[in-house]
Amino acid sequence: MSEKKIMLEARNVDVFYGEFQAIKNIDMKIKENSVTAFIGPSGCGKSTFLRVLNRMNDYVEGFALRGEIEINGEKIYRKSVKVEELRKEVGMVFQKPNPFPKSIYDNVAFGLKIQGITDKAFIEERVINSLKQVALWDEVKDQLKKSALALSGGQQQRLCIARTLAVEPSVILMDEPTSALDPISTSKIEELLHELKKKYTIVIVTHNMQQAARVSDDTAFFYMGELIEFDKTDKIFTNPSMEKTENYITGRFG
Amino acid sequence: MKVKEMIIEKLLFLCASISVLITVGIILVLLLDTFEFFQEVSFVDFITDKKWTPMFKDKHFGIGSLLAGTFLTTVIAVGVAIPIGLSIAIYLNEFAPKGFRKRIKPALELLAAVPTIVYGFFALTVVTPFLKQFIDIDSFNALSAGLVMGIMIIPYISSISEDALYAVPKSLREAAYGMGTTRLQTAFKVTIPAASSGIIVSIILAISRAIGETMIVAIAAGQKPTLTLDPTETIATITSFIVQVTTGDVEHGSIEYKSLFAAGITLFLFTFMLNNISYFIKKKYQEKYD
Repeated sequence: MSEKKIMLEARNVDVFYGEFQAIKNIDMKIKENSVTAFIGPSGCGKSTFLRVLNRMNDYVEGFALRGEIEINGEKIYRKSVKVEELRKEVGMVFQKPNPFPKSIYDNVAFGLKIQGITDKAFIEERVINSLKQVALWDEVKDQLKKSALALSGGQQQRLCIARTLAVEPSVILMDEPTSALDPISTSKIEELLHELKKKYTIVIVTHNMQQAARVSDDTAFFYMGELIEFDKTDKIFTNPSMEKTENYITGRFG
Repeated sequence: MKVKEMIIEKLLFLCASISVLITVGIILVLLLDTFEFFQEVSFVDFITDKKWTPMFKDKHFGIGSLLAGTFLTTVIAVGVAIPIGLSIAIYLNEFAPKGFRKRIKPALELLAAVPTIVYGFFALTVVTPFLKQFIDIDSFNALSAGLVMGIMIIPYISSISEDALYAVPKSLREAAYGMGTTRLQTAFKVTIPAASSGIIVSIILAISRAIGETMIVAIAAGQKPTLTLDPTETIATITSFIVQVTTGDVEHGSIEYKSLFAAGITLFLFTFMLNNISYFIKKKYQEKYD
């Protein structure tokens, strides 16, 4: 498996919010078509690092980044990179389901329409495919015109994933995507990740260590803004090389 | 202790009822004199007559002329205030640095705090002479009164709309950015639609304010009821007619006197209707975010 292509590479990345250094000198390589979990206690920098990967922190006041991040061979913090283009390539799913107050159909079609695509048949095909990929199609196919806000939380989150898939990104970032959901919805989304990684590269922040163990191929443990350990998930959870990692996953702190 | 509580309770109830009673009283008085007015003037004439001349020998009571004046100045004012007010709201909400937004908002609201007589004077002595350099325009005209009134109601639109935009959950905005929208696309495709009910409320309140505005039109638009939609002409609005009559010496109980109430209740009906529509929209909108 080691011959998999590197999709995402971070080199010497430091992140500052004003005076505060949130990320300290992180190096990381993430392979294509894999699920990578970011774990660590609250405030360890895992969410910050995730949001750096599609430049979601650009508008945060005082934000500054040093180092280099390369996704799919492109240095994403270069001046010439259009941040809007980057975010189409690197989609994001958030902690709380956040569908637009529009119909189910319009939610999934949103990204395509933003790109200026007007071919109705094309859009419809993408919408249907995306909804099928997240296993939501059978539940909503008769009510595509209904408001997305009428769906349950779990359905809303799958809709948000479908919305991201519709623009066919190469990387999907997920920021604790199941923390606001019930166990059944959570397991549906976890199943989904196994399917999705065949086509996409997935990075998921989670507070739930069992989840990280269940869904990911690789796991990164963050602590106080540093990347303490990054390895195969099996190794991290059965035989971590760092004491801090072991203390955290065995529940001694965090 | 119990007695004290009771007294306070009763006092509070009294205060609350006073405002309701006064409103009811005003409506009753308006209705009563309006009723008497329509004993002498037929309702059909009131609606269809093309002239409004209660102070002349040849009396006509066609409210249309006053409505046309009110409509004209209001449309001009709203035409100025909506684009400017909304642009300000979108800029402050989506683009302006946080500190700037905090400082500029109260400054903008000052526009609504300028005494309207000052605006009226400004329209008459600055705006009209300025317009005269470019177009053939009466010394009293609907255009300059409407323009200045538009400036006055900008903060109604910008401030309330901005509050509505600000209330759109951050998660929605992030969802849009996450899909690769630009800031402008975020505003137009996500935050504005999500805040649309609040924005509509702000526009209705501004219209309501413009319809009821008195001083600016009384000073700058003139006092000649004219059934026209030409903004360069001298006109009279419902409010400016009321000012004209109440500041003159009209005999109590005369038909001129009663025409005041007929005009007044027409005005009241319009603002009452608009306020209710905005209340209705507001209520629907609050449900959405609960």
